[in-house]
Amino acid sequence: MISKLFKFHGGVHPPEHKLESTTGAIRPLPLGSPLVLPLRQHVGNLPKIRVQAGDRVLKGRLLAEAEGNISAAVHAPTSGTVVSIDEQLIPHPSGLPDVCITLQPDGEDAWLERKPVDWRRTDRRVLIASLRESGIVGMGGAAFPTQIKLRPSGEPGIKVLIINGAECEPYITCDDLLMRERADQIVKGIEVAQYLLGAERCIVGIEDNKPQAAEAMRAACSRSVIKIEVAVVPTLYPSGDARRLIHLLTHIEVPSDKRSTDVGVQVFNVATVVAVYRYFEFGEPALSRIVTVTGNVRHPGNFEVPLGTSVAKLLEAAGGALSDTNDLIMGGPMMGFSLPSSQVPVTKATNCIIAGAPKLFPALPPALPCIRCARCAEACPVSLQPQELYWFAKSDNFEKARDYQLFDCIECGCCSYVCPSHIPLVQYYRYAKSEIIALDRAKQAADLARERNEFRLARIEREKQERAAKHAQKTAGTKAETAGDEAKKAAIAAALERAKAQKAEVVPQNTESLAPAVQAEIAEIDARRGEALAEPEKAAQEKQES
Amino acid sequence: MDNPPYLSGSTSVSVIMLKVLLALVPAIAAYVWVYGSGILVTLTLASLTALASEAIMLKLRKRPVVPFLLDGSALVTAWLLALALPPLAPWWLVVVGTLFAIVIAKQLYGGLGYNPFNPAMIGYAVLLISFPAIMTQWPAPLELAKAHLGFADQLHYIFGRLLPDGVSLDAVSSATPLDTMKTQLKLQHSVVEIARAPIFGALGGKGNEIVVAAYLLGGLYLVQQRIISWHIPAAFLLALAAMAGLFHLAAPAHYAGPVFHLFSGASMLCAFFIATDPISGPTTPKGKLIFAASIGVLTWLIRTYGGYPDGVAFAVLLMNICVPLIDAYTQPRVFGHSK
Repeated sequence: MISKLFKFHGGVHPPEHKLESTTGAIRPLPLGSPLVLPLRQHVGNLPKIRVQAGDRVLKGRLLAEAEGNISAAVHAPTSGTVVSIDEQLIPHPSGLPDVCITLQPDGEDAWLERKPVDWRRTDRRVLIASLRESGIVGMGGAAFPTQIKLRPSGEPGIKVLIINGAECEPYITCDDLLMRERADQIVKGIEVAQYLLGAERCIVGIEDNKPQAAEAMRAACSRSVIKIEVAVVPTLYPSGDARRLIHLLTHIEVPSDKRSTDVGVQVFNVATVVAVYRYFEFGEPALSRIVTVTGNVRHPGNFEVPLGTSVAKLLEAAGGALSDTNDLIMGGPMMGFSLPSSQVPVTKATNCIIAGAPKLFPALPPALPCIRCARCAEACPVSLQPQELYWFAKSDNFEKARDYQLFDCIECGCCSYVCPSHIPLVQYYRYAKSEIIALDRAKQAADLARERNEFRLARIEREKQERAAKHAQKTAGTKAETAGDEAKKAAIAAALERAKAQKAEVVPQNTESLAPAVQAEIAEIDARRGEALAEPEKAAQEKQES
Repeated sequence: MDNPPYLSGSTSVSVIMLKVLLALVPAIAAYVWVYGSGILVTLTLASLTALASEAIMLKLRKRPVVPFLLDGSALVTAWLLALALPPLAPWWLVVVGTLFAIVIAKQLYGGLGYNPFNPAMIGYAVLLISFPAIMTQWPAPLELAKAHLGFADQLHYIFGRLLPDGVSLDAVSSATPLDTMKTQLKLQHSVVEIARAPIFGALGGKGNEIVVAAYLLGGLYLVQQRIISWHIPAAFLLALAAMAGLFHLAAPAHYAGPVFHLFSGASMLCAFFIATDPISGPTTPKGKLIFAASIGVLTWLIRTYGGYPDGVAFAVLLMNICVPLIDAYTQPRVFGHSK
């Protein structure tokens, strides 16, 4: 057992609303309507499509394969026919459509031949490499391909493996139920992950509002062949954030510019290790996940949902959304986002669907000015100064925002939650972050343009000088004794001087401190000026040569 | 469609301001007990002036009037100024001070959240500089007054400067303990000698110390409610007590002790209600300590060596100027950064 916890700064304690969806067991959701499988259900590259419309596929068949370094495969959650491959609405905050494979199930749910592995007797590098075909991504909501997190290059150095069962967001209970009902599978998963990483210590972190889950996990861990500690942490949002949980359990503060693996710690969600275990033990790729359906629905609960199932079908299974439902939220109420439609599919990252209603999430009064009360600073788990960042973001003072570590903001929403002026602070930070990223890109493009232009001017200059030198050589060889030679030499020398002067003129320095937009403009003008100057010069030279 | 987080905590600016007003109620009750009910007239006058001028300014600035009036900040400014003024101050003094606080110090700087200086203290400082005689003329606590003024008498006095027949100004007014201490020390009397005067009580001024204790009570309620953090009151009171204590230890006859400084003048009002104004104060914990401790030191310096009996208003305003600097240099370490 863990003896000591290390509190992180800030945090909030919103009403939990977890009881509503934990009254019953996890229910399987029957197959039915067409499954819509977005190619991008993870962080990283779009996978390469491996089927065509009209193909009949078996359950577990690879539909799209991981492409590039960070990517994840997509499989058929059941047997059926690929009906189309086109753009459809996906669950994403942007509300924009993306490429999806639509599968019409045939109802037989017939498996492809599965290939379990005896993972205990297989080299860990082989296992990790094979995970590339599993389609497994982080199931806590981040959806980062799991294979990458297992360090496929094989470098050692992971000392602590943390299994995240904190589930700190209100309303969400899918991990709670998973721990209660499938603790043994989680422990098997931890054993696999421990083997793959070579971790010395394994700790499961669970918030103290899930006593049944903690009890089940303790019992299961005691049956394990390896030592697994179960740490019950105080319920305080956002303790489930990886860096917060690492600090809470180990007192290790992951440096801002490094990954947790750089300091010997790796974190996996409970559902992720179960998926990894099932992939090796039974040869099952990522085909389904547990989703909490709660909020303004008749019978909140948790469902085992085949990926690609529409949210509408899920709501139906939960007894349907009540009539005053005015919003559908994917994820928790702190960091989730509103869905563009109930027709979007469940993806690997869908941990919770909340039917929103004014009585659950009342509209806030109009924001008042910031009164600098610094409640946000007290609540910030990263020890940022949200009131200053707000001021900088609002006044487009992006450099200052960056200085005050805007990019360390995890967008957990604690600051907005406590703000007595009801300022949508997180929105301001997102805006500032995207503006800064866009400006950085523009600056890079401008730098590139300037470099290209400088190179071009240098090349023109070089060619001109080469021509002049050739010409001088020629005249020196044939008419060395003529009197006009001196004049020609002088003319060449003058041309070279002019060229030098021009070079000095067209390379303006001291533009570093200008705004990227201005720099791009300067680069453009320089390019035009270079051309304009080069033209008459060239003409003059040609005249001289002829 | 809404944006995350979909949840919001229960506080609002109005709730915060209301709790501040509530925390002032014990002190107002003590005021009535010690000086009579004239303070209620002053409070009403200041409140009405503040709300009216705030509404007019919001209208002129084309800002929504109702939400900003309901935020309660104008009332807090009005009450703090009213409580800082001498009880029975003439009506026009209250009105001029409140107008200055709301119109110039608050609204012309951009309204709620944008005033770099504490509006109540701006109002107070303007009055103190412009009308020093009236501003330092305090009524005697009822128990010490040679003549008793009823509510009607006080009303007459506030609006017409009229005293009942046969009652002289001297019979109802007295020098404040801070003022007495200062002038008497200049006359080479010792602290012990001076403190024998009837206007001195066990802790500060007789009668007034009850008001001061009520401020302390209300202030502790604000800390308990987490409306204010402990940093500012603790640092201010400690710094003031430390300065007073050090000099009192070194020369007990020439410098009043820490208890007297803590329980006299506007010390407690400043510690819990004025220096704690979030808008014109620093936001970082370390910054709050520096800010409040500096106010404590300045207050003692002005009281001891300055031209005015109390130094709270100027000390607060001087430190308001330093807030951006203090904030910039006291940024806490961000998680995952070495500093």
